[in-house]
Amino acid sequence: MAEIELNDITKRYPDGFEAVKHMDLGIKDGEFMILVGPSGCGKSTALRMIAGLEDITEGDLKIGGEVVNERAPKDRDIAMVFQNYALYPHMTVRENMGFALKLAGVDRAEIDRKVSEAARVLDLEQHLDRKPANLSGGQRQRVAMGRAIVRDPKAFLMDEPLSNLDAKLRVQMRAEVSRLQHQLGTTTVYVTHDQVEAMTLGDRVAVMRAGILQQVDTPKSLYEHPVNLFVAGFIGSPAMNFFQASVDGDRVRFPLGEFSLPAQKRGSASGDVLLGVRPEDFEDASLIGDKPGHTFDTKITLVESLGSDLFAYFEYRGEHVETQELAELAADAGAADLPSTGDGNQAIARLEPASDIQADATARLWMDVSKVHLFDPRTGESLTERAAATA
Amino acid sequence: MTRRYFGWGSANFVVFVAAMFPVFWILMLSLKDPTTLGDGRLWPAKFSWENYKGIFQQSVFTDALRNSIFIALIATFIAVILASAAAYAIARLDFPGKTAILTAALAIAMFPPISIVGPLYNMWRNLGLFDTWLGLIIPYMTFTLPLAIYTLSAFFREIPWDLEQAAAVDGATPFQAFTKVIAPLAAPGVFTTAILVFIFAWNDFVFAVSLTSTPHAQTVPAAISQFPGASQFQQPTGSIAAASMVVTVPIVIMVLLFQRRIVAGLTAGAVKG
Repeated sequence: MAEIELNDITKRYPDGFEAVKHMDLGIKDGEFMILVGPSGCGKSTALRMIAGLEDITEGDLKIGGEVVNERAPKDRDIAMVFQNYALYPHMTVRENMGFALKLAGVDRAEIDRKVSEAARVLDLEQHLDRKPANLSGGQRQRVAMGRAIVRDPKAFLMDEPLSNLDAKLRVQMRAEVSRLQHQLGTTTVYVTHDQVEAMTLGDRVAVMRAGILQQVDTPKSLYEHPVNLFVAGFIGSPAMNFFQASVDGDRVRFPLGEFSLPAQKRGSASGDVLLGVRPEDFEDASLIGDKPGHTFDTKITLVESLGSDLFAYFEYRGEHVETQELAELAADAGAADLPSTGDGNQAIARLEPASDIQADATARLWMDVSKVHLFDPRTGESLTERAAATA
Repeated sequence: MTRRYFGWGSANFVVFVAAMFPVFWILMLSLKDPTTLGDGRLWPAKFSWENYKGIFQQSVFTDALRNSIFIALIATFIAVILASAAAYAIARLDFPGKTAILTAALAIAMFPPISIVGPLYNMWRNLGLFDTWLGLIIPYMTFTLPLAIYTLSAFFREIPWDLEQAAAVDGATPFQAFTKVIAPLAAPGVFTTAILVFIFAWNDFVFAVSLTSTPHAQTVPAAISQFPGASQFQQPTGSIAAASMVVTVPIVIMVLLFQRRIVAGLTAGAVKG
């Protein structure tokens, strides 16, 4: 158990490429910290630097208050779960889990006790004498976890540990990982590109982009108060809708009409901005009554009913929002390969299932103007969060 | 379908006969009674173990057999150890001159052994290595190392690097990671390489006949060529045939047992498994 501290850490490869740039991050003792971002954002490199598998070019890494930059992985007392599990194929589950203890010279009885204990916790008792090749994906994943927990290390490092599992198992294991971490109370750094995992597992989430740490916060405040366009677009599923808009005083004009900005959102914003609205901040106007907000009529192109939710896709006329951040996010999600729909732009609203909205019909939607986000179109910085911060 | 099957079958048969007939001939020759050796018949009129008994009574053969076994084993052992280290470095590290090393190794493998036998003969005599085990072990190692490095680096490349990193995080030193994780996984590759090296050393004639002169270091192929007849008027045909069988059979059995592995070793890494 220990806190982990990254002070101005940079990773530069011999060819000059900087995978991680001046990263500052403090992870508290017992905290579950998630590093999240699209592929190639440097999150895995950051984790591997903490593990000691990559050299640190600049900056200090402290584990438990000691600088460990120059220490070999084996002297850092950390355990790591690899994406492909990296189980030793020639060893049984028991030997895999006891390997670290054996290397540490722990006596046999103690190894047996710890391995059995971990096997009990992970429900692996009947598989202890099997080889990894004879295990299912979920079982292998649990062995990889087991190998980490028998060590009782200062910290767990997990590199996309659930990404090789099928969807259903992933949800199960996600809950399992969360339960284990709370039970053991061990400092954990968890790398994922899946923002759902990030939101559900983490005490705090660190969002990275192109080697630069964007924002570190609790899942809830990341969601509600993204500091820039990238974080806003990355966190949340379906993603936030973005519109070209212009601000004049407290009036905001955007392709779906015009509304006045509530007092707490007013700041330095003026001129051209990007307006961000989360899908759930739209609602079927007929279900709202006279709550203050902005209402508009639009043509619904598609309705997806999931029972608990109802997603309505609607088109609007106006300039397509294109920024580098959003293009990156779209590329990461694979959406860049999809053909664009029609000549208009598409937005998504998440409505109450009680709504009787129909596809191919015009509907009246309501928008919660107290929850909108405004971003600087050039820098991508949030204008509303800055307003809230200075207010 | 049947025609094609038949076609392939007969082609296989022809190749098999062409390859195996000389071996069969030697086998039959070795089983003939020494008095009927020159009777011009393929099938012995009278089967006898006389030739085998004869060679095992001659110290020239038993000494040579001992030399063959130990020289081949020692050369194999050292070559595999050195090749493992080299192949591991080549598979894992990115260092300048890596390609140069592989090319140089390949060039050595292409070198015709006969061309260096003369210089080696002179050098070995000056260095006192002539007619010693070491004098043969060194060239065997040199000529088998390239193949061994190639085969082993292909095997090492297929072992996921993550396993080593997992071992490092688990508290292993690089040496422990190699001996406890990588080496056991590479064992099939190491074994295959060992067989290939052993066969080369076991079968070699050129070095053996040129760099040795006495039973002190002569290996079986060299010794066979210098078998004396029972009298100066008699060719030692039966003894040669018997000795050839004695050194061939173990290799044939070994290859039949491990042929899958040997082929896997030669083509390892050629295509993605």
